[in-house]
Amino acid sequence: MANLVEIRDLKVEAKTDSGRRIEIIKGIDLDIAPGEIVALIGESGSGKTTIALTIMGYARPGCRISGGSVTVAGKDMVALSERQRANVRGLEVSYVPQSAAAAFNPSKRIIDQVIEVTRIHQLMPPAEAREKAVSLFRALSLPDPDGIGNRYPHQVSGGQLQRLAAAMALISDPKLVIFDEPTTALDVTTQIEVLRAFKAVMKKSGIAGVYVSHDLAVVAQIADRIVVLRGGEVQEVAGTNEILADAKHPYTRELLSAFEPKPRGESIVAALERKPLLQVNGLIAGYGPVQPDGLPLVKAVQEASLSLERGRNLGIIGESGCGKSTLARSIAGILPASAGQLTLDGRELAPSARQRSREQLRELQIVFQHADTSLNPAKSIEEILGRPLKFYHGMKGKARDTRIDELMDMVRLPKALRSRTPAELSGGQKQRVNFARALAAEPKLIVCDEITSALDTVVAAAVIDLLKEMQRELSLSYIFISHDLSVVEAICDEIVVMYNGRKVEEITPAISKVPQHPYSKLLFSSVPKLDPSWLDRLERDPELVKTYVQG
Amino acid sequence: MTTSTTMSRSTGYRFSWIGMIGFAIILFWAIIAFLAPHIIPYPVGEIVDEDYFGPMSSKLLLGSDYLGRDMLSRIIMGARYTVGISLAAVCLACFSGAALGMAAAVIGGWFDTVLSRFLDALNSIPSKLSGLVVAAAVGSSLPVLIIMLGVIYIPGAYRFARSLAVNVNTMDYITVARTRGEGIPYVVFSEILPNIIGPLLADFGIRFVFIVLLLSGLSFLGLGVQPPYADWGALVHENIGGLPFGAPAVIVPSLAIASLTISVNLLIDNLPKKIRDRSA
Repeated sequence: MANLVEIRDLKVEAKTDSGRRIEIIKGIDLDIAPGEIVALIGESGSGKTTIALTIMGYARPGCRISGGSVTVAGKDMVALSERQRANVRGLEVSYVPQSAAAAFNPSKRIIDQVIEVTRIHQLMPPAEAREKAVSLFRALSLPDPDGIGNRYPHQVSGGQLQRLAAAMALISDPKLVIFDEPTTALDVTTQIEVLRAFKAVMKKSGIAGVYVSHDLAVVAQIADRIVVLRGGEVQEVAGTNEILADAKHPYTRELLSAFEPKPRGESIVAALERKPLLQVNGLIAGYGPVQPDGLPLVKAVQEASLSLERGRNLGIIGESGCGKSTLARSIAGILPASAGQLTLDGRELAPSARQRSREQLRELQIVFQHADTSLNPAKSIEEILGRPLKFYHGMKGKARDTRIDELMDMVRLPKALRSRTPAELSGGQKQRVNFARALAAEPKLIVCDEITSALDTVVAAAVIDLLKEMQRELSLSYIFISHDLSVVEAICDEIVVMYNGRKVEEITPAISKVPQHPYSKLLFSSVPKLDPSWLDRLERDPELVKTYVQG
Repeated sequence: MTTSTTMSRSTGYRFSWIGMIGFAIILFWAIIAFLAPHIIPYPVGEIVDEDYFGPMSSKLLLGSDYLGRDMLSRIIMGARYTVGISLAAVCLACFSGAALGMAAAVIGGWFDTVLSRFLDALNSIPSKLSGLVVAAAVGSSLPVLIIMLGVIYIPGAYRFARSLAVNVNTMDYITVARTRGEGIPYVVFSEILPNIIGPLLADFGIRFVFIVLLLSGLSFLGLGVQPPYADWGALVHENIGGLPFGAPAVIVPSLAIASLTISVNLLIDNLPKKIRDRSA
């Protein structure tokens, strides 16, 4: 049987500000058989989304398909005119974007947007399209399939919206669906429902798929074949089982090894005296107007109590909306806590950062998730690192210059980057600068708010290694906030699980790795494993899922 | 616009020809204003032509005005007033407006509310009208003109700077600076200002044009620069009688106003752009 998609020697080039042309896809060959799901996997900038988009004959603004052919069902998308391509899009090839929330028009009802494709291509009368949409909603196991279409996009959850976006893509019975990181923005417990729904629908209708992702474990659940990309070139192509069991290419092995749990050395902890560094007692924080009882209207964190000893690390995990970031912000004094006590190194901390002494501020540093927004784009790396040195330690001139070099050495940044601005750095480099700025203060405790979430797996693993090394050398403590269990397990001595603003369980991995609380169990079991049969074998208690998953 | 751009590899900025022309004209007027007393062919007050509204000639390059004074000298000296007063007023308006706007965005709360409402109230008075009232009440002198023009344009500059600063203020690096314990002045001038300086400069240019036009308008009405001094607006006003004769005395100052305002607009629409891809 002929292949549905045949990509031959595809080249895409981009034009830079100064008019220079860069080849971002360097001659790719790829075949997709009818009904086959092929995953494109790679880091950001590897060209995975660019390739997926060329299947619709589309190149993003500033880019151009400069060579080769992309044949979809006998038609070369590169050679077609824009009008002819429009006839193929949505009808034969459709697209599910990463952020369904951004893809839906917030002012129109969902059903009208889902059946829009049938109107554009004049496939069927609206009434028939609606019926078909409802049957798709049912197949994607959405709650209330008859009524959900009449809601507006903000009235459904993220996981539901992602499935509705899939329904929009499937309504025209396409031959191929492109999924562009459709579950990356979802919580793990929600992700499972969405993945299951996708998998079931795709298998049933025999539609071919291109699944773009950076997450090997997710891809392993759904794809028949995996294409590993790096720098616009194919590194390795093989069936899912072969890739997982016997990866040939060193880069693929690197990706796989990022998944292996890293042993956490129980070293320096015992040597240091066990003295409590940070104590949090009955902390309540939230948003909205203050109520008569002196507490805010919306309590994002309710009566959280934690204790952290010097030289040890505390992990806080939970899904979006559980209050973990709010907790971090109130510890740092950005969002003053409404009630409860904070004690750092035996001295009480004022709720608001403004009331804390400069010394207290220096001892407790916070590092944010997005290095893009936490580094001032108008300043050079030198200025960014130099400021805390001058501010806290009064360093000037030569002493400061030497210290900046030392800091950059510590986080393994080349000195050549000193005079660059953040925009000229890669994501991993920016996060290192972000971390180095916190180190410059010589703190006792660093609160890391999802610092690896925006990074690629391999880069994130390197950042985690760096954190561990810094801890050995500088006897720091971390509070590590993440939704990613594997990251937290790799570095933390204690793990606090949060749900709905409350601390539900505290786990010490060194003693017992098995969670007791039902929510923790659900959360821990929802993290995808590299095993391709994991999703099919996974059994979840429907009652538990109903209680804790809004997906 | 690819045909009108040129590149400078050495500076890392891309200049546009249109912006360069605008810049050249502004520079020309700035030099004229600076050197005015040394380059005028005749003293500004001296009657050198027996005829009034005289035509262009080799002796009087731009003809003579309604009293027979040399028009070229008067325009050269007028540049001092038009450019000088406007520049002083726009600096007053933009510096104080931007500083207040950024401070309001960073401090927030009641400070922001009170200041915003107060400046909104100021903004609700039509600019020409308030100019007329002030000139009638305290009389027209150069310091009064500068302060009045400056104050009239503070609310606009404030609003503009505040709206830009509010967006930057939500960034994490501002939160980082605040948790470091930095004071308001540092956050405003070191963290926010470098990120909004481009739009603020463009706003500076636009406001300069507004002020030139308002000053010319006031002078045309006889409330701006007072005789024996004259700015370009006043020159148009005092020579309006030459209009039926097609005298250069009324046309040339109008052209001078137009050339300055248009070139400022050309420049700010075509400010040098930074080339991000430096490896090329």
